Amino acid sequence: MKISERKAEALVALLFLLPNFVGFLLFTSVPVLASLYFSFTHWDLFHRPQFVGLQNFISLLGFAHQGGNLIANDPFFWQYLYNTAFLMIGIPFTIAGSLVLAIALNRKMRGVVVYRTIYFLPTITAGVAVLIVWKWLYNTDIGLFNVIIDDLGIWLHVHLPSLFPVAFTGPDWLGRVEWAKPSLIIMGFMMSVGGGNMILYLAALQGVPRELYEAANLDGASGWQQFRHITWPLISPTTFFIGIMSLISGFQGGFVTSYVMTQGGPAGSTTTIEYYIFNKGFTMFNMGYASAIAWFLFLVILVITLLTYRYGGRTVTYA
Amino acid sequence: MLSAMRVPRVERPNNKSRPSSIYRRPWWQVALLHLSLMAGSFLMLLPFLWMFITSVSNPASAFSSPEHFHWIPHIWYWSNYADVFHRLSANGMSFWLLYWNSLFVAIGGTVGQVLTSSMAAYAFARLRFPGREPLFFGYLATMMVPGSVTLIPVFILMRDFHWINTYYALIIPGIFSPFGTFMLRQFFMSLPRELEEAARIDGASLVGIYWRITLPLSKPAIATLTTFTFLGYWVSFLWPLIVTVSPQMRTLPIGLTVFMQRYTADYSQWMAASVMATVPVILVFLFNQRYFVEGIKLSGIKG
Repeated sequence: MKISERKAEALVALLFLLPNFVGFLLFTSVPVLASLYFSFTHWDLFHRPQFVGLQNFISLLGFAHQGGNLIANDPFFWQYLYNTAFLMIGIPFTIAGSLVLAIALNRKMRGVVVYRTIYFLPTITAGVAVLIVWKWLYNTDIGLFNVIIDDLGIWLHVHLPSLFPVAFTGPDWLGRVEWAKPSLIIMGFMMSVGGGNMILYLAALQGVPRELYEAANLDGASGWQQFRHITWPLISPTTFFIGIMSLISGFQGGFVTSYVMTQGGPAGSTTTIEYYIFNKGFTMFNMGYASAIAWFLFLVILVITLLTYRYGGRTVTYA
Repeated sequence: MLSAMRVPRVERPNNKSRPSSIYRRPWWQVALLHLSLMAGSFLMLLPFLWMFITSVSNPASAFSSPEHFHWIPHIWYWSNYADVFHRLSANGMSFWLLYWNSLFVAIGGTVGQVLTSSMAAYAFARLRFPGREPLFFGYLATMMVPGSVTLIPVFILMRDFHWINTYYALIIPGIFSPFGTFMLRQFFMSLPRELEEAARIDGASLVGIYWRITLPLSKPAIATLTTFTFLGYWVSFLWPLIVTVSPQMRTLPIGLTVFMQRYTADYSQWMAASVMATVPVILVFLFNQRYFVEGIKLSGIKG
């Protein structure tokens, strides 16, 4: 009886899975495994791939002795990996900001629909056109940010000459190595704080039973205590999901943004791994090498995700 | 023990029963909240506002210098919008056809994704079957492989299926991205089990539970996934570019590149086209956003 019940459940599960699984196998698994094969080949996209064993991985990750120093075979790769990790600094701020916004907008309030729409707008308009707008905002001479900063500099210089002996001016946001990454991080924050994460949090906050807050109110719990002991644990599956997705997209992202805003510069300081994969695969036609980079990146993401799963998963509470 | 528990009722919140109305707070807190939200709104609106103003500015001087940029244009060049249509026609494309293609692809893909991934997510979240955890981890793992390298294998697959330059290639591969399954599984797992247990005891089938309990309870998550997927298809650029050939099969983002290829004079038209391209996504968002707040009210669960 028990066994047949379990069999019946497995059969239903199979039926539920089937439509998605067939597509997953065909359009996701097979291409992923194909790219694993390509990572062991030399392939220019036009001729047949040639098997070269571990050569791509050695060129990518290996080091060589040169005049007593260890020199990376591909120093660009390590620089771009560093860039990618650096640009991910914004992620925790974006997640925190999204949560604060979601809590602020998860209530009956005049104009809440308008606010939600406005905060989501930057995500809706995502695409090349809005990046062009940001490029203008950051423009050294005519961009809105610097027009304001320059005016402020002059105003302070005129009114408080002792404190401001010279009128300060805005930086070359996208043209200087030390400003380019922070500029992209700020832009990323502004473009995504009200986006998908906020909506995921809004959905999650709806799943928290109101009765819990009512009971906490009766017990005299403060707003912070209610957040800390009710909201935060109950929305932890969503935080976990957002965290993992942000990690994955952070490691894999940055191509379109950097391509439009900085072309990866200045001095390669905004070139991400994804950008590098794209360049290797589609402009230098070295798809084997590009696949090798992708698979190394996959391993990095996998290890970090597993660690998050192991240690972060513990704090996740399921109802 | 579970059966002894009263069956929770699922209610739509109505205005009277909503306890955490902001109007219970002191007025200055409400004012402060509005003030900070408005300040943030202004920052969020700024790029879009600028986009709109450029779209009605003199096409000859847009983007040239701050002296030529006026927050309120002296003359409103609405003709930029009409020029978008003419310009695309001159390049062998029709704005309406691009629009229709984008809409058709986005709707088809969204329906497919939400349907198949919600079914798979239900199996992963609630049903026991051998190999469930490894298979789910397989789903998770494939998301970690950067899309740029699977682009070519999927393209080759499309060619072998003779799907190049068809709606199939534009719609179908995107349906099976593991993202939706992962997201909905997380949400399904956070739903209270008691409802399903109660329904099971009342003799509901697993399919019935999925359709009548899990899905209706998951409206916020379904609305979220719908918005994401629609948006994903709508702004998708690289994939439609490589799998379509004829101007009749192109989608909006590809069509808009017409305005990118020239000099400064085209910015106004480009921004006009982008403003028009944004409208459907705003509508989808507005339609879905009411579900983001339509929560689940469970009574009797405390017992």
